Amino acid sequence: MIAFLIKRLVQAVVVMFVISLISFSIQDNLGDPLRELVGQSVSEEERQALRDEMGLNDPFLVQYARFASNALQGDLGTSYFFKEPALEVILKKLPATLELVFGATLIIVCVSVPLGVYSAINPQSLFSRAVMGMSIVGISIPVFLTAIGLIYLFSIELGWMPSYGRGETMTVLGGWDTGFTTGDGLAHLVLPCFTLASIMLPLFIRLIRAEMMEVLQSEYVRFAWAKGLKARRIYFLHALKNTMLPVITVGGVQIGTMVAYTILTETVFQWPGMGFLFLEAVNRVDTPLIVAYLIVVGAIFVITNTIVDLIYGLVNPTVKLAGKK
Amino acid sequence: MKKTASILAGAMLSLGLMTGAQAATLKMAYDADPVSLDPHEQLSGGTLQLSHMTFDPLVRWTRDLGFEPRLAEKWERVDDLTMRFHLRKGVKFHSGNDFTAQDVAFTFERLRNSPDFKAVFSPFKEIKVVDAHTVDLVTNQPFPLVLNNATYLFPMDSKFYSGTDENGNAKDMLVKHGNSFASRNISGTGPYTVSYREQGVKVEFARNMDYWDKSSPGNVDKIVLTPIKEAPTRVAALLSGDVDFIAPVPPTDHKRIGGSDKVDLVTMGGTRIITFQMNQERVEAFKDVRVRQAIAYAINQEGIVKKIMKGFATPAAQFSPKGYLGYNEALTPRYDVKKAKQLMKEAGYEKGFSITMMAPNNRYVNDAKIAQAVASMLSKINIKVDLKTMPKAQYWPEFDARAADMMLIGWHADTEDSNNFYEFLSTCPNKDSGAGQYNSGNYCNPKVDAMVAKANAETDPAKRAEIMQGIEKIIYDEAGFIPLHWQNLAWAANKNVDLEPVLNVMNFPYLGDLVVKD
Repeated sequence: MIAFLIKRLVQAVVVMFVISLISFSIQDNLGDPLRELVGQSVSEEERQALRDEMGLNDPFLVQYARFASNALQGDLGTSYFFKEPALEVILKKLPATLELVFGATLIIVCVSVPLGVYSAINPQSLFSRAVMGMSIVGISIPVFLTAIGLIYLFSIELGWMPSYGRGETMTVLGGWDTGFTTGDGLAHLVLPCFTLASIMLPLFIRLIRAEMMEVLQSEYVRFAWAKGLKARRIYFLHALKNTMLPVITVGGVQIGTMVAYTILTETVFQWPGMGFLFLEAVNRVDTPLIVAYLIVVGAIFVITNTIVDLIYGLVNPTVKLAGKK
Repeated sequence: MKKTASILAGAMLSLGLMTGAQAATLKMAYDADPVSLDPHEQLSGGTLQLSHMTFDPLVRWTRDLGFEPRLAEKWERVDDLTMRFHLRKGVKFHSGNDFTAQDVAFTFERLRNSPDFKAVFSPFKEIKVVDAHTVDLVTNQPFPLVLNNATYLFPMDSKFYSGTDENGNAKDMLVKHGNSFASRNISGTGPYTVSYREQGVKVEFARNMDYWDKSSPGNVDKIVLTPIKEAPTRVAALLSGDVDFIAPVPPTDHKRIGGSDKVDLVTMGGTRIITFQMNQERVEAFKDVRVRQAIAYAINQEGIVKKIMKGFATPAAQFSPKGYLGYNEALTPRYDVKKAKQLMKEAGYEKGFSITMMAPNNRYVNDAKIAQAVASMLSKINIKVDLKTMPKAQYWPEFDARAADMMLIGWHADTEDSNNFYEFLSTCPNKDSGAGQYNSGNYCNPKVDAMVAKANAETDPAKRAEIMQGIEKIIYDEAGFIPLHWQNLAWAANKNVDLEPVLNVMNFPYLGDLVVKD
């Protein structure tokens, strides 16, 4: 276990080094940050002077070395736009994004498990067919369309839900701004969470259904039937547990992906999270922020994958963690 | 302490009841929030909108492009080079400090050191403090635009911005890309103070209770500004009642908002020209005036405005919009494909040629679509266009490198004066002096340059108008540029927000004077 974690840590460092190198080398192609910092009528000379001052005219390796030595001390650079350390800016926006992802995950789990199981048990029923049909439609609608459709219906036409932002938030646990503790905050969470969930929901319903159907055909389930166990026990204890193994693997990876998907959802809902922050940073060519974001997201991927591997070991004791002899 | 506060609150309440002013809160959404609280950090629409809320200029523009006294009560010309401003007395800054001539001088010097604003103030030689409430602005040569430039002078609180902050830096330090006192703290004379700010999320403004302008009808005592980047979300927020006022409004939603009985749409002809430049250094054919004219005849400005801009623009055949001194009424779009083909034939390019074209795709309203339309119009006279569009962040470096044969640019004159167009877009490019910085076509006519210089030193408006209208005529005849249209402006608000009187073509709403009805 310890060896496994150490191995993962080393991997994480390598991943982050590679990400920083790649994101650093593409930054010249993103545009000229000076253009976003100064007005249109500022002369070329003034801009060059500012570039010099900011060290943007230095050779690539000099710039990277400077970045790397600062990064080792925990300083990922200062955002041009926010004028604060990039990492701080991102961490400040992290709660908003994580709450969005958490809300969406909750919806996915609560909806996909019952629906997937039901349609695996009764594959021919009208309801199952309807669910499958809907999931095909759901998987093919782009997320911004879902978002705008929801806003149009629930905010403009019906007036039930707020159309943008996080609403009222409360600070808990020393600095974590949450929307889960106020009515207004919860109302603001509903539409964005459903939008985000809509991307993954069809996938999980189908995955659970397919896995469950396969499991129901297996020897041990048939043996359980023969033994005369109750249907509920067979479905929800024996079959479901084995169904969940691949679902957890996929789920872990998808949660990481979902953090990335929040970019679109956050943009449409003006959600003050890190996905929206990233898109804005790209528009403003705020390179320190872009680099820092990519590194943080890389870290999130590594962490979620590590956690998934650990859970996997718990659910299925036959799985050996790499590094364990 | 508590008691005093409640007495104060009671007094304020009864005062409010007496004057009948109903305090109101305005929730508004722009596409972006101000970059910084430092009014000199970036010369942009957002900065000026903020400045008009938290500061006051010496003079400000009226709706018909005249001047209205603000912190300068009156002004007069002392001689050819000197304009004297008499400052308003009894004005206090948000910090409580008195406003004096010293603050104007302080601000003037700071502007001259700002990379963004120094160009606007380069015609000035110095500022002289005559007495506590009188200043003289002295120019290097007779200069017609002293008042235009005085609209950029928003006096800052010199006492408040003096000394050093907790990091040991001077409080008035102007920093472009980093933390500074002035970028986080603000003290002006304006109708609002900034009470809360989370960059990129929201800014809250509270009414300045000691505001000097007692005649202002404004009754909004709190403004919450939220940036909403996505246009459909911004419109949805207005229609669902989450905000009271939005800008800009995308052309695609005008019909929907105009048809709603809950909100009002206000549009205004804008002053930003959208134009194509033809690079004469890269393409031999563009040196031929007949080819340039052929292109001018091949472009259907009215069609672009109608089909792509949905009527949300004014077709243009010159730089200066109506209302500017240089606006020449006789110059109108000249769409005529037959004539264009004939000119191409005369120039020996009947079979046409191939060019490259670049345009941004997120800078101006429908910019990429406009470029596509122009490309297809040019194909009718056998000019094959290889078009590339890209986000503005990548576009400007390409523009600086003059990377394509035809490039799109939009320009708004910071001085609200025609000469600004010519100086940046049409004078002969000169790397050393910085002239013609945005003239990517290398159009160059020394006669035009001489006229621009003459207009710069002419203080009689009638004579200036004549010179500048002459410039427009020459550029039109030589087809130096392909102007397309002036982008319109649009705002939308709830019916109870009396928006129209505070709007202007510069797009800095005077929100201090805004009235919200019950």
